[in-house]
Amino acid sequence: MPEAAPKPAKRLHPLALRIMHWINAISILGLIFSGWKIYDDYPILSWLRFDDAYTLGGHPETALQWHFLFMWPLVINGIAYILYGTISGRFRKKLFPLSIGETLKTIGDALRFRLAHDDITHYNGVQKLLYLGAIALMVLQVLTGLAIWKPVQFSEFASLFGSFQTARILHFTGMALLCGFVVVHVALALLVPKTLVAMLTGGPRLQPAPVPVPAAAPDASMTSN
Amino acid sequence: MTIKRRLSLFRPKAGVDQGAFEANRPLVEAINRRGILRGSLSLGGLVMLTGCETGHEGSIQSALRAVSEFNDAVQAALFRPDHLAPTYSADQVLKPPRFNAFYGIEDVDPVDASDWKLELAGSIGDKKPWTLSDIYALPRQEIIIKHICVEGWDYIGQWEGINFRQFLERIGADLKARYVAFKCADDYSGSIDMATALHPQTILATHYAGEPLKDPFGFPLRLRTATKLGYKNPKWITAIEVTNVHPGGYWEDRGFNWFGGI
Repeated sequence: MPEAAPKPAKRLHPLALRIMHWINAISILGLIFSGWKIYDDYPILSWLRFDDAYTLGGHPETALQWHFLFMWPLVINGIAYILYGTISGRFRKKLFPLSIGETLKTIGDALRFRLAHDDITHYNGVQKLLYLGAIALMVLQVLTGLAIWKPVQFSEFASLFGSFQTARILHFTGMALLCGFVVVHVALALLVPKTLVAMLTGGPRLQPAPVPVPAAAPDASMTSN
Repeated sequence: MTIKRRLSLFRPKAGVDQGAFEANRPLVEAINRRGILRGSLSLGGLVMLTGCETGHEGSIQSALRAVSEFNDAVQAALFRPDHLAPTYSADQVLKPPRFNAFYGIEDVDPVDASDWKLELAGSIGDKKPWTLSDIYALPRQEIIIKHICVEGWDYIGQWEGINFRQFLERIGADLKARYVAFKCADDYSGSIDMATALHPQTILATHYAGEPLKDPFGFPLRLRTATKLGYKNPKWITAIEVTNVHPGGYWEDRGFNWFGGI
């Protein structure tokens, strides 16, 4: 194969990542809205019902069909995303290290309206915490969902979450926390619209990365600069 | 269907004047557009637009059904024939059990034991109908298991009855057939896969907490399987059929997942 022209620097959000982000967004919303309809048949909180106008599926059976449809893209896409983030080093570069000091500083800046948004390629402490939290929450939702779906076939696993009802309450609580994340995430994306544009178009091109450094032990042949 | 125009007393002989529609066409179209917009604002409404009430399914509805059938196959693959569901102790049992049917408890029509018969059909060697005393003469097995409803509630129940596998063997059923279907006195119907029928915790229950079943809970005979959701446990059973033709069921035909495994 002939030598290719020097590749332009990678964008902040490569195409594969953007596709995974939007598949995940649609799946999560589909699961939340259909889950609300399923919840309505046997509410956990006596004061909380979801009006049909905000639910997916006109009947519980349709809502269940939607829920058990969207679980597939959520899980398959989620596995692909975690593999991608781990293997490409994106998680390591973007979400770590997680520092309490940086997180507190971000919160302080935000409260004094001094949060800088110039560089959207760098996630601040709160962002790192929120994104890692959202990923962990979605993994937990899949696990508690599995415990509710198959409390007998996977009885050994399901018992990790206590009884069927505790797994159900955990699944509900996870949904509530994810809703909180979605609200904050969407609100901030709308406040800083270039982040939303970046998730559609790929965003700014990154500086060509310095020659990839092996992640393993320090290399003796490497000179410092 | 052809309409005999001339016979209608309400149809003007000269036909309807289209002039009024033509004159108001922009208004009529605006109304339609508003209606469509309103419908699309509601997720629930969007799905109801494709509802299958009229018998012909929309493409979304048939896609949802296709995924549900795929999920049937996944659940059949996940099913562990020898894995036992958790069991509980007698002091955790809910007495009486929780009522559930497609109607209220006040509408339960009790089955008369004297003329009740269990009829058998399909791939079964001995299709002689069973009377209640025939059924009561068989050895019984007790299971204390959780009943989990698709709605989300659950309770622990103490069921006693005849082991379904042994019953199927006794009547010479074809255990290689794919489905076992049930017909009920209240016109409910249901069906399960053969693997579930043969599971050691699947019984034809006749007793609850040491007493014969009460009317609202399926007297004289109901299915109790530890590996499926509540609606997969038909009550007031009057007929059992072993078949290779997918039998469906009351809730399943309305869109609830057929396998309904837990």
